[in-house]
Amino acid sequence: MTDKTMTAEEAVSRLASGMTLGIGGWGSRRKPMALVRALLRSGIGDLTVVSYGGPDVGMLAAAGRIRRLVTAFVTLDSIPLEPHYRAAREGGGFELTEVDEGMFQCGLRAAAQRLPFLPVRAGIGSDVLRADPRLRTVTSPYADGETLVAMPALRLDAALVHVNRADRLGNGQYLGPDPYFDDLFCEAADAAYVSCERIVETAELTKEAAPQTLLLKRLAVTGVVEAPHGAHFTSCAPEYGRDEEFQRRYATTPWPEFAARFLGADETAYRTAVREWRKEQER
Amino acid sequence: MRATRAEYCVIACAEAWRGAGEVLASPMGLIPSLGARLARLTFAPDLLLTDGEALLVRPDGTPEGWLPYRQHLELVAGGRRHVMMGASQLDRYGNQNISCVGDWARPRRQLLGVRGAPLNTLNNPTSYWVPRHSRRVFVERVDMVCGVGYDRAAELGGAARYHHVERVVTDLAVLDFATPGHTMRLVSVHPGVTVEEVREATGFPLAGPDEVPCTREPEAGELRLIREVLDPRGARTREVPDREGG
Repeated sequence: MTDKTMTAEEAVSRLASGMTLGIGGWGSRRKPMALVRALLRSGIGDLTVVSYGGPDVGMLAAAGRIRRLVTAFVTLDSIPLEPHYRAAREGGGFELTEVDEGMFQCGLRAAAQRLPFLPVRAGIGSDVLRADPRLRTVTSPYADGETLVAMPALRLDAALVHVNRADRLGNGQYLGPDPYFDDLFCEAADAAYVSCERIVETAELTKEAAPQTLLLKRLAVTGVVEAPHGAHFTSCAPEYGRDEEFQRRYATTPWPEFAARFLGADETAYRTAVREWRKEQER
Repeated sequence: MRATRAEYCVIACAEAWRGAGEVLASPMGLIPSLGARLARLTFAPDLLLTDGEALLVRPDGTPEGWLPYRQHLELVAGGRRHVMMGASQLDRYGNQNISCVGDWARPRRQLLGVRGAPLNTLNNPTSYWVPRHSRRVFVERVDMVCGVGYDRAAELGGAARYHHVERVVTDLAVLDFATPGHTMRLVSVHPGVTVEEVREATGFPLAGPDEVPCTREPEAGELRLIREVLDPRGARTREVPDREGG
């Protein structure tokens, strides 16, 4: 059995500029931020990013790493509009493919099932189809004859997701209330890198948790990274909530200043910088 | 007990779910949430509510079901849901924009993105909540159609078979699309608001007579629920401040 454990830097070293990258989580919830930070520290850019967007997109957009973004929204949840994303978008910093949340799910599903597209009753009638003239419709071959959107597969070169637990083989477990779409991201990708709060023995995964918490199957996982607080400052229920205070800091600090102070040389440096910032706040 | 403007808004939002049956109420924003919970506690007891995350909960917070985002999107497609969304722009046919202001290719102001509006409007009844009724929101043409309105739906044939925009509630009035051409109509004004004021704050001509009724009064029991159970700290007044005469 293959031990798939690696560092965040090793995972990122397998990515390359120009790739299509899927990022799991939803808004400012369970985002693989440690992996995103490692990506930001690398020189990798020119990316097509596919994400139900949160600060992952905000940071990559602010750092100029995105060539094209595929999304239905970008939000920090408690701060509805992601300021760094907005600035980049209003500055014309990247291409946007804006699809509906349901279309996005269909695209991932099609990719996971190796289908060219899946039909969906969404997008038609809206300006989503006008904004992306590459989108096509399909007509039902049955008596109803309904015209639907043929959502193309969102095939990914790589996926980055963060979960609560994983074993060394790549079996991943979520312990919060929502799996989001992380399994689909992994299945839609040629390679999937999973960070987790803690790596445990396989038997320990189901010692106290139900088997349906085993969201990610090792056959769809390439690398496992142990990253405690790896979703910070987004939430990772039930282990921690969103760090609202730090998120506010992120949202109100110009990106170059934020990156210079917090990104650091690695995760240890990041955590130290956050700790020091918190001490300053408490003074 | 005189009701405040915010409380009339809660009542008007709650009314969107009257007769909805055993479906999911998906309110976006504080006042629609209060409205949905009020409806659930009074005249629409079969409604389902979420905790805003992955749980279906009773009004007291007791979980009664699981609804992660993946299932929520499926449920939208299945139609057993009535959503009340926000709208940065709305036109007379109910086309809604929450994506951006200005040209989509290079927007002046990037907003949320289309989110689930295209899926919502083609698959389940949709209403809108506008906390500041103004010409900035009620426009001749929206910059990016996210939620599909009646003119667009009319061109879609079978794909629009489940399209229905139920009502628009604002801090001034209640509006709907129950006109022959499905253009927006003034249904009621909140007490203290004049028809003239609503027309002035709307960037297109509104259908409806010059004399329209007032939004209905909350019952004493409803007011008590809003004030003592649903929003004892009065957050509703921050979303819609009280005004002279209303």
